Amino acid sequence: MLSATNIALIPLLPLLGFVLLSLFGKQLKPFAGVLATVLILVSAVLTGGAAWTYFFANGRVNDVYQTIIPLNIEWLRFNDQLSIQMGLLLDPISVMMLVVVTLISLMVHIYSNSYMHGEKRFATYFAYLQLFTFSMLGLVLATNIFQTYFFWELVGVSSFLLIGYYYDKPSAVAASKKAFIVTRFADLGFLIGILVLSFYGGSLDFQTLIQQLTTPHTPALDAANKASFLGVSALTWGLSLVFIGGAGKSALFPLHIWLPDAMEGPTPVSALIHAATMVVAGVYLVARLFPIYAISAPELLAAIGWVGAISAVIAALIACTQTDIKRVLAYSTMSQIGYMMFALGVSGYGGEAGLGFTASMFHLFTHALFKALLFLGAGAVIHAVHSNEMHDMGGLRKQMPITHISFLIACLAIAGVPPLSGFFSKEEILLAAYQNNTPIYWIALITSGLTAFYMFRLYFRIFWNKPHTGHAHEASAIMWLPLVLLAVGAAFAGLIPFGELVSSDGKALHSELHLSFSIAPVALGVFGILIAAWLYGKQNAKPASIQSSLGGLFQAVYHKLYIDELYLFLTKSVVFALIAKPAAWIDQHIINAAVNGSASITQKISSNIKTWQSGKVQEYGLYFLGGVIGLAVLVLYIW
Amino acid sequence: MIGLEHILFISTALFFLGIYGFLTRRNLITMLMSVELVLNSVNLNFIAFHKYLWPSGMDGVFFTVFVIAIAAAEAAVAIAIIINLYKTHRSILVDTAEELKY
Amino acid sequence: MNLLYILGIPLLTALLLLVMRSPDWIRRTALYGALLQLGMVVWLFIAYQQQRTMGYAMAAFFEQNYAWFSVWNIHFHIGVDGMSIAMMLLTAFVVLAGVLVSWNVQRMVKEYYFLLLLLSFGAYGFFMSQDLLLLFFFLEIAVIPKYLLIAVWGSGNKNYSANKLALMLMGGSALIFVGILGIFYATPADQRSFDILQLANQQLGPGSQKIIYPLLFGGFGVFSALFPFHTWVPDGHSSAPTAGSMFLAGISMKLGGYGCLKVATLLLPEGAKVYADLVIALSAIAILYGAFATLIQKDLKYMNAYSSISHCGFVLLGIGMLTKTAFNGAVLQMVSHGLMTALFFAVIGMIYERTHTRTIAEMGGLLKVMPFAVTALFIAGLASLGLPGLSGFVAEMTVFVGGWEHQDIYHRAATVIACMSIVVTAVYILRAIGQVAMGPIKENFASLQDVAWYEKMAAVVLIAGMLAMGLAPQWLNELIQPSTQFIMDKLAAK
Repeated sequence: MLSATNIALIPLLPLLGFVLLSLFGKQLKPFAGVLATVLILVSAVLTGGAAWTYFFANGRVNDVYQTIIPLNIEWLRFNDQLSIQMGLLLDPISVMMLVVVTLISLMVHIYSNSYMHGEKRFATYFAYLQLFTFSMLGLVLATNIFQTYFFWELVGVSSFLLIGYYYDKPSAVAASKKAFIVTRFADLGFLIGILVLSFYGGSLDFQTLIQQLTTPHTPALDAANKASFLGVSALTWGLSLVFIGGAGKSALFPLHIWLPDAMEGPTPVSALIHAATMVVAGVYLVARLFPIYAISAPELLAAIGWVGAISAVIAALIACTQTDIKRVLAYSTMSQIGYMMFALGVSGYGGEAGLGFTASMFHLFTHALFKALLFLGAGAVIHAVHSNEMHDMGGLRKQMPITHISFLIACLAIAGVPPLSGFFSKEEILLAAYQNNTPIYWIALITSGLTAFYMFRLYFRIFWNKPHTGHAHEASAIMWLPLVLLAVGAAFAGLIPFGELVSSDGKALHSELHLSFSIAPVALGVFGILIAAWLYGKQNAKPASIQSSLGGLFQAVYHKLYIDELYLFLTKSVVFALIAKPAAWIDQHIINAAVNGSASITQKISSNIKTWQSGKVQEYGLYFLGGVIGLAVLVLYIW
Repeated sequence: MIGLEHILFISTALFFLGIYGFLTRRNLITMLMSVELVLNSVNLNFIAFHKYLWPSGMDGVFFTVFVIAIAAAEAAVAIAIIINLYKTHRSILVDTAEELKY
Repeated sequence: MNLLYILGIPLLTALLLLVMRSPDWIRRTALYGALLQLGMVVWLFIAYQQQRTMGYAMAAFFEQNYAWFSVWNIHFHIGVDGMSIAMMLLTAFVVLAGVLVSWNVQRMVKEYYFLLLLLSFGAYGFFMSQDLLLLFFFLEIAVIPKYLLIAVWGSGNKNYSANKLALMLMGGSALIFVGILGIFYATPADQRSFDILQLANQQLGPGSQKIIYPLLFGGFGVFSALFPFHTWVPDGHSSAPTAGSMFLAGISMKLGGYGCLKVATLLLPEGAKVYADLVIALSAIAILYGAFATLIQKDLKYMNAYSSISHCGFVLLGIGMLTKTAFNGAVLQMVSHGLMTALFFAVIGMIYERTHTRTIAEMGGLLKVMPFAVTALFIAGLASLGLPGLSGFVAEMTVFVGGWEHQDIYHRAATVIACMSIVVTAVYILRAIGQVAMGPIKENFASLQDVAWYEKMAAVVLIAGMLAMGLAPQWLNELIQPSTQFIMDKLAAK
């Protein structure tokens, strides 16, 4: 099951789908959805087989999960040391991610068959989805940091295409551009980080790189530590730049501004890309390079933990105030990714210290399930009421029972209510934070209460609050089937003994659940749910009065702390007005003027000289005479 | 006794008179006549140098004869041009023919 | 493989056109000629690969050498190496696309195609010349048709642009010519020659290299939009007819880059070392400054012209870095930029023909009516911003890695500046595409037709080239290795 062909087919099948659908989209339009779904289904089955074989049969040697590279092809050689290899790398985290990506992608494909039915660009939509799935799988399987970058950009562009799918909507166009440019800006950091790391590590290959930069006292590591720029060692520079790339993709503060806007895309896309898979690429990247971070730059890793914690709490706060249900979910995603990131930040490498790493990956896994479920559920609701706004909803539990139940399961899971999946992964994260970094633990605890509150605010406002007046009805079976499947996953995924499978060093990590430790977060979560029920269970005036009593504070949070405005100011007033305009002005008025000036000087001189050519014979005679006399004087007296 | 200097003085005066006439007169015929003056001042020089400096050689005389012949041909050509000019411009004033500029 | 065939095909096709009457026949003949060119160049590529796998390793393959003017030791000496084959492949692709795109030129069809083919003749000759004066001769052949193409078939302020372009390029040529003569006279009298390979082996003294290098590099730099001699680029490109812009940006800017590398740096390595820092500074400025100037352009063609300045900066930056990887990157960038920018101009031409405007703000939502053209525009844009899988990524990354091989802060700062342009590029590309392709459609464009078959073919040819380079770059990278290695050897000597 782990042969190169089998593994290679996992990403290549969606690529085939992309090629077919983009070239023959018109002819294939009626079958586009089925074709794409079948291809992903095959991929998912292959992934399932591979994962089973890896985790339970071939992957473990001497109780340690091995890194298996079934295929590695040289794609572009730069010089003797550096080359881009395209390959397939299997280790616990990549196999886990394969499962996540193919599973969620499959669900989204099935769901889209109904959700996007009747769209004019139906085939194009599936072509883009396939392109995204291919790129994401390529990213996950990368053996080489440049391969990661390669697919990193491709997922970026597929995200751009899908956000801008409704291309005649100006807001969608703006959102797609914003998403691409912000992540691109972060990718600049990633790229330079790659250059720095590869220069010292002497390779672009993950394994060599990690080995070179973690083994103490290798010449590579010494050089990277010794070389410094602005007082910071080259290694730290490289790693933090790579992290900036990851932060951009994973929408961490302050590079998160694109994620809420990205909700302009079709809702299944938000479920796949902006909740479950692409946005966790940053976490995956840090996890992939985790040994370097943990062993060679622990201070930086702690700083990353702080970035994650701050993102988590800020996003949770903002999520409490938004009224667009997809935006609430987007901020919730950002918050949960912050969770994963600080879990990595509080983790060490190997053994018990690596609890944070396992917890982070565990949360990545469970989050993918319940967040995709939330988005798909929200999609079903939006499909039914034709609006994203909470005030158009309410009381939908009767009309949409299946959506209601699955949504409730997801909300309970994300709120960390036992025994749903989110409870287990969150407990592990909190435990890791508690053991290593108490301030982060407190932040996380507060965030977890906030999470329960805003999720249930969302839940009550959609399904309770006021009686429903419209004609909303339950989604079709094709749409609720994925909801049910994901709900089962979200409910029971927590029971997987994750520490046995995924850990920072490949050895099994036996984590236990301390009941006494769980009391605080669960109590806080339940408290959040109760407040939400009290405020939003029935339509009343309490939320509005709280809003007005908070005044400016509420407004600031509602306006996302004015970070968007800050960016807008920076781009409009600084980049455009202070750099681009002057550059163009200099080009026109200095450089081009110099060119034109030299031309006009030549022209002036020549037009002055040409009057000497008057056409009057006598003038010529005079010049001639002058010349003769001048020559005579020259010859007779001067020479 | 008339010496070489006297003759040179005359010829120089004649030369510059010719030049002056060539540069100032507007009538082409007059200009042509001025050119003849210039040529003749040169002839005068040749003859004078032959007489006073190199009586044995005949070069000066030959050149004079040559110049006279050329001057005749030149006058013929020039007058032909002037006639043509008159035909096209209805004038033989030199500043009416200034098309060959710039 | 006889190189004269490749030289002869465009010339003969061009001459054949002169005796034809029917525009239809002229177009077809030009198309067959262009196809034949492509076929011959591909054949040349295969023959070259065979020779190399058989173990041959000369500096020039398929050489032919005839005395042309033996008093001054001028030879008609042609031969190719990997780098020139790469450039000739680029030329063949762009010529084919250019001929296809010009299918509906109505005015003086014969003369138009004649000039296009003459230009390609000059370009092929330039890339295969092994003699400096021959190279100069072909360089000039490639310049003059451009003047006529712009002045006769151009649009906008065409006389100004044509004059500006011709004068600036001629100025560059003058510098090159002085440089060539400088090389000739700086060698001892008994070894004087114009032969590139011979000159490469007998290096001039460092003193004369220092004087001659700026002449040659500056002269070729004008062709390749070296800052601050780049101002002909925006005007020339925007006034030229579609195929003219394609040839200008796709081929003739590459003449400059090729010359900088294959003439200036190869023959004057000591001079290259002296001026490397200056070259890096100028090209880093051009990269970022060109990108920023692009940001606020209002006209699609101006936008692409300014972005060409930025992208050609990568070529010169790679040359200035003086490492083998960076040289490879420079050559790859030439090929990549040639294909990408030709596609860009081709699509702009297609759109302009239908909307009759090139102002970005006046367009909108064209994806609805012209899906093919807009998709091609999008692909060109993605290549321009360095999307993996297309050609730009390969080239830019190679330049970056090559630049990073230096340890000092100066080279690294320049590399980082160059890296920054990828963000700015993304901004202007998306800004243009967002406005042109997306958004609600303007009423007056709602009934436009998508592109015709010949335009489709042109775009497909160029996209195929970009994919061939972007998906599997190693063949191209290996093709140019020996050439850049040759230059590196000269740099390392002494």
